[in-house]
Order: sequence, then structure tokens, then C-alpha cells
Amino acid sequence: MSTPEQNAPVHTAGAAEESRPSLSALLLDPSFWADWASVVGLVGLVIVFGISQPIFLSIANLQALLLAATILVVLSIGQTFVVATAGIDLSLAAAVMLGAIILGLVNAAGYGIFLACVLAVAATSAVGFLNGVLITAGKIPDFVVTLGTLSGITGLGLILSGGEPTMVGSTFLLRLASGSFGPFGYPVWVAIAAVIVAHIALYHTRFGVHLLATGGQVESAGALGIRTNRVKIAAYTISGFCAGIASLLLVARIGSAEPQINTSLLLNSVAAVVLGGVSLFGGRASILGPAIGALMLTALVNGLTLLSVSAFYQPLAVGAIVVLAALIMRYQK
Amino acid sequence: MSAVDRIPPSEAILACDGLSKHFGGIRAFTDVAFQARRGEVTAVIGDNGAGKSTLIRCLVGVHVPDAGRIFFDGRPHPFANPDEARKAGIETVHQNLALIDELTVAQNLFLNREIVRRIGPFALLDRAAMKQRARAMLSRLSINMPSVNQRVRRLSGGQRQAISICRAAGSGAKLVVMDEPTAALGVQETANVEALIRRLREQEVSVILVSHNFDQVRRLSDQIWVMRAGRMVATVRSSQTTGNELVALVTGAA
Ligand SMILES: Nc1ncnc2c1ncn2[C@@H]1O[C@H](COP(=O)(O)OP(=O)(O)OP(=O)(O)O)[C@@H](O)[C@H]1O
Ligand SMILES: [Mg+2]
Repeated sequence: MSTPEQNAPVHTAGAAEESRPSLSALLLDPSFWADWASVVGLVGLVIVFGISQPIFLSIANLQALLLAATILVVLSIGQTFVVATAGIDLSLAAAVMLGAIILGLVNAAGYGIFLACVLAVAATSAVGFLNGVLITAGKIPDFVVTLGTLSGITGLGLILSGGEPTMVGSTFLLRLASGSFGPFGYPVWVAIAAVIVAHIALYHTRFGVHLLATGGQVESAGALGIRTNRVKIAAYTISGFCAGIASLLLVARIGSAEPQINTSLLLNSVAAVVLGGVSLFGGRASILGPAIGALMLTALVNGLTLLSVSAFYQPLAVGAIVVLAALIMRYQK
Repeated sequence: MSAVDRIPPSEAILACDGLSKHFGGIRAFTDVAFQARRGEVTAVIGDNGAGKSTLIRCLVGVHVPDAGRIFFDGRPHPFANPDEARKAGIETVHQNLALIDELTVAQNLFLNREIVRRIGPFALLDRAAMKQRARAMLSRLSINMPSVNQRVRRLSGGQRQAISICRAAGSGAKLVVMDEPTAALGVQETANVEALIRRLREQEVSVILVSHNFDQVRRLSDQIWVMRAGRMVATVRSSQTTGNELVALVTGAA
């Protein structure tokens, strides 16, 4: 490429030329690395683990890795919508537990697996909606509200379940968990579908633009007639909906509904969003970035396991990577 | 208080009376009556903190006034939010609330006015059409912009101002409200905006203009309203006033 350095803006009226920075300039720009942190990290991990433990690159392991990443990918998408509005959803993992318990109880009561799934997703979406309403109409900071619902639905889950796991022996969920189509298992297809739908919603709909505008400058967005409160409520509801989908995948995978919160899911969903180049201050987001971030975190755990690194070290590694990503993020403009 | 001539409601595009707005203990303005004649350029002047921007924001639905009535196009029409005002045909260039930094020039120009394509039950953004129309809107105002795909964050203050003027003027509104539109602009850009305001007037679009530049106000407007310390204190025909009289009205030295 021989693009000359262009410092002066093109001074022809309404110039149609779109100036593109050259490749070398792009590679020297720290904000490029910040934007693509998750991709760079994933590629780096694949190379390191691929060399040190060739089994890592076996088809079987890659398939297992993708399967293991699905729940986190779906949750990261939900978290992305919230973070794009400059918020945060701390109740995400608790909502997954609530969805699982409702699924288990409705199924155990003999109402059929489809109704159970629908009610589970409806319940987690309702939790998200409630979060959104409390934050906007109640004017309470997002982390306080979602910390409150985190605690509230933890209690609700324990009360509903009596603290006991419920077996879910459904052939539908069994097939969802173990069946595959083409190269991927069904859960991977669910995650791929979620990525595609979310990407279209973010980049190709009015809602997506309004979401980013709300996260960017909420007052300016409001002055232009965007109903910023509704947009925020929608973002939290989407987050809850994603938690519901994740709860279906979780129950399908382990075959029972456990009244237990997997807190690493929450932390990793935020980590994936940060790795994916989504600004924690809102207004800037992508779907592919966090999805790849989720893949990267799963690959990290998978590779460390293959290298027989004790599971005790894994949270440490995740933590280090997230802080590193956040540091790189400071260069993001 | 000088006599404020009442015009028949049918001649006013936007009017208010008894309008008041407080922020906690701070009084932005009290008991304001104001009218903008259809097809005219109506100017509002006054010192810093006189309440001009807050009045504008109440008129276009950003703030809800504490008391008073607002009429748009002859009908009582308090706008509950800016969306209703825009749908009714009022576009506003706000003094501080303007652009979204993280969005591109084209996205800002079409914010909340996005062009969509219907595909079955879904409405997807027609980004190509928006970019093309954005380029046309900018070139019609002779605005220099390297690319409509650029994020607004990197643009200069004047370029940003130009985009928000472009957005307000380019959408076929009945009434365009501009709060200090040329405050951040250079000589050439200011001349462009003044030409634009004249063109809007020729197209029988009503304009409300807030400005500190008395020469500009006298050149462009038909009627001038003067605010002082939260009150509407006078209104004069632009053709029948002088710069000195305006200074006296604004400072209260008359
Ligand atoms: N959102 C707000 N909260 C509290 N006070 C406000 C708010 N907006 C305006 N004010 C106060 O209302 C008064 C009028 O402000 P306003 O911005 O309307 O003045 P202005 O006439 O537009 O001044 P300028 O010429 O400097 O733009 C000021 O005292 C200001 O501090
Ligand atoms: Mg002002």
C-alpha cells in the first residue's frame, strides 16, 4: 500500500473520499490492539497451547472447547447490551440459576419441557426488565440494583428449590446437549445464532444505534427524542433473556437444575466484554469481540487443564488477563 | 416592561405565556410570554444566564416547564418529550446537547430519523442510503468533512456545530430552533450558516435564533425578543431598532 500520509482533511465540499489509514499506521496504533484484544489473545493462546500441547488442536478438543464456551458466549452477549448503555448487570449468573430452577420445577410438576423452557426464559427476562425499571424509573445506580436482584433471586431460588437440585430427565434437552448438526453440537449453533441475531440488532437496526447513543451521551440522545429509559430497560431485558437461554444450555448440559450460582460466569462475562473492546463507559460495542473474548477465556481454561495446571491457578490466570486487557483498553480512543 | 404586542394565535408558529422554570432553588426564568411568527426569523437575545437556553429547552420538550402554556401551530401543545416535538416538526440545534461522540457523522445526522428498509416484519438500517444523503446534506451547506464514516469525537468544535445545524436544517421541519449556532464557527462558516438561515426563511420555514451577536441578529431576524435575568423584558421589530437600543435593553440601562 502506498497511501501517502494525509494530515489535512480533504477540503473539497462534501468530499466523498474516505481516507483510510495505512496498514503500518494501523499496527502501530495502540487503539487497534485494544479493539482487537480478544482476537489477538485468542490467536496467541491457540499458538502457545498448540505448540506446548498438540492435543489442544485436535478436532475433538476444539469441539469440546466450543461446546464449553457456549454458555459464556450467550451471557457475554447479554452483558454487552447492558455495558453498551454504560451499565452493568451483576445479576446475570444468579438469573441463570433462577432460570434453571424454574425450568426444573415446572418440568418436575409435569407441565412439559417446552412450557418449562418458556417460563424459565420469561422469568429471567422479567428479572432483567425489573432491573431496567428500577435503574431508570427508580434512578438507582445500576450496580446497586443488580447487586440487589442478585441477592434477591438467590434467595428466591433457594426458597423455590428448597436448596435441593432437581433432576431434569428430558429427551429434548438431552438431544440439545449431545446432538450435533454438521461440525458443531446444537449448543454451539444456539450460540452462533445468538451472535448473529445480536450483531444484526446492534449494527443494523434503529434500536442498536439508539442503544449506542444512549450509552454515549444520554442527555444528547434524549434531546434528539430517543427514549433513553426505554432503551436501557430493553438492554437489561435482553440481558435477562440471554441468561434464560444460558440456563437452558446449562440444564441440558448437566441434566439437573442446581440451586447454585456459578459466580465465575458473571466475572467471565464482564471479562469477555472488556476483552472484546466494549467500552465500560458505554457507547461503543461489538458482538463479535465479546464472543471471541468468551472463546478466549474458555480456551485459556481448556489449555491450562490440558497442561495439567491445577484448577486453582485458573482464576488467577483469568484475572491477570482481564487486568491486562483493561490496561490496553486505556489506549482505546 | 415594554408592551409586548400580541399577534393573532393563527399567525404564531410557536407561542407561550406564563412560562416558568426552576431548578431546585435556581430560577431559570419566570412568567415568560413569547411568540414566534410563522415564516419569520425570531431572535432571542440576552446576557449569559438570562434563561434563553432553558426557555428553548422547555419549548421543544427537553424540560417540562413548572407553569405556563405552550402553543404550537395555534394549538395548545406542551411537548412531553423531544420526540413529540420532532414529530410535530420542530428541529433544534442545542447549545450543549448535540452530537454523540462515538457515532459517525452519518449516524449523527440521522439519529432518531434513521432510514430503514423493511424486510418482512423487520426494519433494517439502510446505511448506504443514509451515507449518501448525509454527503448530500453536508455538501449543500458547503461543510468540509473528510468522511461521513468518521466518528464525531475527532472533529473540531466548528465541524461538530456544522453537523448539528445540518441535521436540524436538512430534515424538512416547520420550525428550526437554533441556540447560538455560530458561536464556535469561523468567518466563512458563519457566513454559510447565515446564508442557510436566509434560505430557510425563503422556504417559509420558521426559525428561532438565539445569539449574542447583535449585528447578526439585526441582519437575519424579523423580530427580536430580549431576556434579562429570567424575564422576557422587551420585543422589537428588527427593522426598527439599533444596536445601541439592543445593548440598552439587554443590560437594562434604558
Ligand atoms: N439543568 C440545570 N440545572 C440547574 N440549573 C440550570 C440548569 N440549566 C440552566 N440552569 C440555570 O438557569 C439559568 C439560565 O441558564 P441558561 O442556560 O438558560 O442561560 P442562557 O441565557 O442560555 O445563557 P448563555 O448565553 O450563557 O447560553 C442559569 O442560572 C443556569 O445556571
Ligand atoms: Mg444558552
